[in-house]
Amino acid sequence: MPLWTDMFILGLVLTNFRLLATSRLAAVIQTTVLQAVFLIAIMLAMTPRPWPSLLILLSLITFVVKGALLPWLLSRAVREVKVLREIEPLVGYSASVLTGVALLGLSFLIFLPMKGAVSVGSDFLLPGALFTTLTGLLVIVSRKKALTQVVGYLVMENGVYAFGTALAVEEPLLVQMGVLLDVFVAVFIMGITVHQISREFDHIDTDRLSELKD
Amino acid sequence: MTSIINLLLALMLSPLLIGVINRTKAKIAGRRGQPLLQPYHDLVKLMKKGSVYSTTTTRVFRLGPVASLAAVLVAVTMVPSGGMGGVFSFAGDFVFMAYLLGLARFVTVIAALDTGSAFEGMGASREVQFAILAEIVLLLGLAVLAIGTGETSLTGIYGKLWVSAASALGPASLLVAFAFLIILLTENARIPVDDPNTHLELTMIHEVMVLDHGGVDLAFIQYGAALKLWLFAALLTGLAIPFRTGIVSLDMMVNTAGIFAAAILVGFIESGMARLRLLNVPQMLIAALAVTVASLLWILR
Repeated sequence: MPLWTDMFILGLVLTNFRLLATSRLAAVIQTTVLQAVFLIAIMLAMTPRPWPSLLILLSLITFVVKGALLPWLLSRAVREVKVLREIEPLVGYSASVLTGVALLGLSFLIFLPMKGAVSVGSDFLLPGALFTTLTGLLVIVSRKKALTQVVGYLVMENGVYAFGTALAVEEPLLVQMGVLLDVFVAVFIMGITVHQISREFDHIDTDRLSELKD
Repeated sequence: MTSIINLLLALMLSPLLIGVINRTKAKIAGRRGQPLLQPYHDLVKLMKKGSVYSTTTTRVFRLGPVASLAAVLVAVTMVPSGGMGGVFSFAGDFVFMAYLLGLARFVTVIAALDTGSAFEGMGASREVQFAILAEIVLLLGLAVLAIGTGETSLTGIYGKLWVSAASALGPASLLVAFAFLIILLTENARIPVDDPNTHLELTMIHEVMVLDHGGVDLAFIQYGAALKLWLFAALLTGLAIPFRTGIVSLDMMVNTAGIFAAAILVGFIESGMARLRLLNVPQMLIAALAVTVASLLWILR
């Protein structure tokens, strides 16, 4: 069903806007869960039924890692460092959303000539994936809290994952597993680091770390 | 012919829409609430009163309510509902409609400024500030629908929505419907933006502009506001329920029910949400803008 695929990609795009517009860390983490659900939905909607058992296995693993484990780790970190909001982002929330609109336009512009050349389930998948990647990047560079930056990294990886669904429909398992493992380890380490930083310095503001002297 | 009936429905039932919103809010809060027909009683009461004009005001102040009601009345004639077209329809009339609403706002704003009161000036400034963003979203949303259906009149656009709802226009028109809901709340001064029931100066927008109007003038303003609510509810309903049965009377009933369902939805939103801080209102409108631009890109590919 191409219409369903379109709807789910649209959902993915909208979660990106939500990420750019919100200051609450709880909402930011919730967005990653939503994105995981949409990624799996896109993958399943694009594959004709009956679904191969490999695909079902992969989506299960994806959901456990992206939709349950990583958000759980992140919300535990939020609870431990007791930070609820991103107070002063480098780019304001309205400006972030407007930049997001520009990035979405750019993504469509880039993939417009490629329409039909690459046979993927939907014309919107590649622009949607690129937009997700760029949103992650924007979040990493424009927010100060380490936790939001971790989520930005996650979202960037979600974009790469969506690219993977588009271009490697046949042989996804090995690539996807590798990426998933990478992200899992990265977030795990970042979670520990964030915790350590906040214990040593009483805050997790990465901006102030650059002023450290020896 | 049938579109005339639609227009008459709008003219007669629009104050009831406000009664329905108030009743919904009262029910959710556990109050009994004012009678459903209270807006009509208010209008009749105001129509019986004379007007008092401050000596500092000029002709502009008296023009405001009359001109804004006239503009909204003309705008309502163009709105299609329930599969029937508007009474008037021509190519590009959605731009005309948007600018009629703009004209209505403009005369209200200069009438408010004409009083010379600092308080009303503040309200006028806020109204215009939010209107800038709201107008872009409205026009862009209608443009998305026009591109998606390949039609340039409101009647044509809303007539074709049902036919092409299953194609790529489906997700896009859902997004536009969401943006229109936010615009409905903003333009009609409903809760996340403005509270129509309070006179608290920190957050007032629309009510503050009409404080100095009384009697017949106030009745005109309130009736115009009710018509404007009907207009936006009709636009939203046409998007959210694009189904047609082909039987004219049935379609009309479904559509009218949809408009009242929109009023009940507004009541629910007002009961469930707190009013946003004034600084956050543009942020909400920019979110609506982002959603609309996303749907525009969707349609354009």
